[in-house]
Amino acid sequence: MTDKHELTPLWEVFIRPRNGLHHRHVGSLHAADSALALQSARDVYTRRGEGNSIWVVRSSDIAASDPSFAEPNFEPADDKIYRHPTFYDIPDEVGHM
Amino acid sequence: MGAAAASAEATTVAAIVEIADDCLILGHRLSEWCGHAPILEEELALANMGLDLLGQARALYAHAGEIEGKGRSEDDFAFLRREREYRNCLLVERENRDFAHTMLRQLYFAAFMQPFWRTVAATSSDETLRGIAAKAEKEMAYHLRHAGEWVIRMGDGTEESARRMADAVIELHRYTGELFMASPARADAVAAKLLPDPGSLRAEWDETIATVFAAAKLTAPEIRVMQKGGRDGIHGEDMGHLLAELQFMQRAYPGQTW
Repeated sequence: MTDKHELTPLWEVFIRPRNGLHHRHVGSLHAADSALALQSARDVYTRRGEGNSIWVVRSSDIAASDPSFAEPNFEPADDKIYRHPTFYDIPDEVGHM
Repeated sequence: MGAAAASAEATTVAAIVEIADDCLILGHRLSEWCGHAPILEEELALANMGLDLLGQARALYAHAGEIEGKGRSEDDFAFLRREREYRNCLLVERENRDFAHTMLRQLYFAAFMQPFWRTVAATSSDETLRGIAAKAEKEMAYHLRHAGEWVIRMGDGTEESARRMADAVIELHRYTGELFMASPARADAVAAKLLPDPGSLRAEWDETIATVFAAAKLTAPEIRVMQKGGRDGIHGEDMGHLLAELQFMQRAYPGQTW
């Protein structure tokens, strides 16, 4: 018998809550192909009106950063607070940003 | 208001209850999968579809109870009738058997109900029914797609899945004819422009099934005599077992609510 997970690989699910927002990762599921993955995502992750658009991506197609390289990757940004846009005065007319 | 009017109301109630019974019984069958589905994703999908159907049944029973005007609630219709008073078609009461049977049964039913609700939404003389139909049509469109995709994948899948789906076709196809037969109550509802003539939905159903079967590499068997009886309250052996479970709580503890 073929391994079940070989027939139904893992998919990552992204849901867009509303128009104008971006898709957010919500979880994963097993499915045989993209059509069934989309259907399962609908059934598993949108039962309470969570969204109006679904993306699914094969988990194996995602290239991930190496956790052991996290320090070289991310620590150099820690002391560069000037990159945050908090040093600028925003004119009142602009309103909420 | 005379006997004729009262009788017209009773006929309308009977025609609506037939559809509600289809939804209730199939919804109950799907609920039997709870805790038994082959994968978690399908566990939720089956329960979702069951709840869609239960919601349709509730709305229809409530509407029938209002038209009848005798104070019968949706619970009275769903839980407190005898077997012969249920008028669902035989297809929906067929046992779940395996996943192939369940998905094929869902395909057969949804391929009928989606155009049915679409027609009700567009043409019914009853505003409440049009409202129920507009919501239900979207639900059945999803059932049709979901079941269709599975029938295609199983029919054109592994040796085992193809065998199971072919067995399901042999077993269930003979129950599809009843979908298109109009009971006397339905015929009156058609004349009153309340509900569409089921026979008029045949061509679209045939086309839907032919499309899915072609992709699934399945062949529809030639059935000389279609099974029928549900619309007259003549049910299969499984129906009693189904009702025993469906009705148990209300029979054992009358009037219980959530």
